Amino acid sequence: MNLLRGRGRTTAVLALLTASTIGLSACGSNTGTASSSGGGGGDDKTIDIVGFSVIKSAYDDLGEAFAKTPAGEGVTFKSSYGASGAQARAVVAGQAADLVAFSLEPDMTKVVEAGTVDAAWKDAGDTDGINSSSVVVIAVRKGNPKGIKGWADIAEPGVGIVTADPGTSGAAKWNLLGAYAQALGTDKDEAAAETYLKSFIGNVVSWNDSGRNATDTFLKGTGDVLISYENEAIAARAAGEELDYIVPDSTLLIENPGAVTKDAPEATSQFLEYIRSTEGQQILAKDGYRPIIDGVTPTDVEGANDPAAPFPTVKTLTTIADLGGWDEVDAKFFGDDGIVTKLRK
Amino acid sequence: MATTTPAPPRRRPRPVSSGRLTTASGIGLGVSMLWLSLIVLLPIASIVVVALQTGFGPFWESVTDAEALDTIKLSVGAAVLVTVINAVLGTLVAWVLVRDEFWGKRIVEVIIDIPFALPTIVAGLVLISLYGPQSPFGANLVGTRRGIFVALLFVTLPFVVRSVQPVLMEMESDVEEAAASLGASNLTTFRRIVLPTIAPAILAGSALAFARALGEFGSVILISANLIGKTEVSSAYMLKLIEQNDTTGAASVATLLLVVAVIVLVLLDSLQRLAARRD
Repeated sequence: MNLLRGRGRTTAVLALLTASTIGLSACGSNTGTASSSGGGGGDDKTIDIVGFSVIKSAYDDLGEAFAKTPAGEGVTFKSSYGASGAQARAVVAGQAADLVAFSLEPDMTKVVEAGTVDAAWKDAGDTDGINSSSVVVIAVRKGNPKGIKGWADIAEPGVGIVTADPGTSGAAKWNLLGAYAQALGTDKDEAAAETYLKSFIGNVVSWNDSGRNATDTFLKGTGDVLISYENEAIAARAAGEELDYIVPDSTLLIENPGAVTKDAPEATSQFLEYIRSTEGQQILAKDGYRPIIDGVTPTDVEGANDPAAPFPTVKTLTTIADLGGWDEVDAKFFGDDGIVTKLRK
Repeated sequence: MATTTPAPPRRRPRPVSSGRLTTASGIGLGVSMLWLSLIVLLPIASIVVVALQTGFGPFWESVTDAEALDTIKLSVGAAVLVTVINAVLGTLVAWVLVRDEFWGKRIVEVIIDIPFALPTIVAGLVLISLYGPQSPFGANLVGTRRGIFVALLFVTLPFVVRSVQPVLMEMESDVEEAAASLGASNLTTFRRIVLPTIAPAILAGSALAFARALGEFGSVILISANLIGKTEVSSAYMLKLIEQNDTTGAASVATLLLVVAVIVLVLLDSLQRLAARRD
């Protein structure tokens, strides 16, 4: 191998290093279940969806329904679903995407920073960039043997909590924030909320890399409660899993953002509009997501505690905006000196 | 009458390499090197480059972080322990499979490879069913280091078995019989005759098992419960850093693990050469 000798050496080394760096940044791109080649704007009638895993079945239904509308005529979909953070990294690394749907805003921020999605993505439509929503709930074993009624009960000694790990699963941040937000109460007592969070974290017996694995761990017998999302608890019950869930009086609103990428074909915006329409939200509600607009009356939601009235009103529903917005929340709770980071050590 | 018997025919010595390759070997070598570079060397080089792209300071900070060190100690420690156990028990399993005939041997042969074939996350689910709260043996290993250990033993079992088995099969048992007829005890026969022959294979299999155990993620992640400072393994920690957009930190920890792996692999390789020479 004379490649690295003589005149060509510097060039060869540089080429090698460049290639390696590109290689590493592309590493994240194979995490989805499917991907397609070519740029986003190549075909006017094909929409590349890159989304977080749990939304898959709802988006499949949405795509099918959209294709039957005049705007969706002839539109086909290429979809890729996976862990939200990994999907965002894949798009940053160059995976073709027309519509991106993540489980939380920080993942959208990654693709905005990469220039794939316009910084004004929240301005499209009337929902502030949100496609679907849910609330943080407490899942318990069938029949609720420990008699758990709400947040206070699960921070008692002797209760084992299973949750996704906010370190590895961005979406799991909803869980910890849900626990914190309800403890803030109406008087916004941060010290009390931190004390609560401390007992809560002390009770966690299993931190899982994803929500799906947290559910599996719980179903295999670990812990007494699983912190989950209403839509996931509904989906699990609809799939015949043995669990009950409690919608607490006070909890956190989960908001899943969606956006159209800069070079997406025109049909993508229409599809996004459709997702946020009454019809689209009706389809999402069937899968357990709370409608993000008024005027949707979901019934027959299989898996819900009461399929006829699936989404009970939450007395105190905190939003991320109430907590100061994602930029602030991320640093305050999950940064190097964040509240959660410190409490877990 | 000849008093000296002619020397037994020696194997024809291999042609001494002249330093020039034939066209075919040249192309072969070229393609192998290119392939190896693309698949192995480039990714490894890029990890090191990313780890050091912001200088040595951040690299050092990342690898000396208390949490990082905890995970590295746990991962390396567990991998070493698992490797030692594999070397002993894997050899035993291979021995039984080669030398004994028993009912269901074929089934055992297939079962041994299952940890290879099973997607690791499925392995994790299986393990948590068996050694979780619903364990039929009443052993709940979720959230314990023993759980991690069991998971690693499970996924690394085939390596030593599959390395040692063919060597044992090739070994002719008349050598052992000869040793026995000369009065050697079973232990002596094993130590003086069998072990030197299979030692290189044991070491080669151990090296593979160690490498696999060091980087294992899927099978460990469920049963470990990922408790910081207690059961958090390096692979999970690196994923966390990546999720937090700390690619440099993740690459730094990966680089350190890479160094450990290289040291252990070189060590095992030298031992292997030593053992091969003694043979």
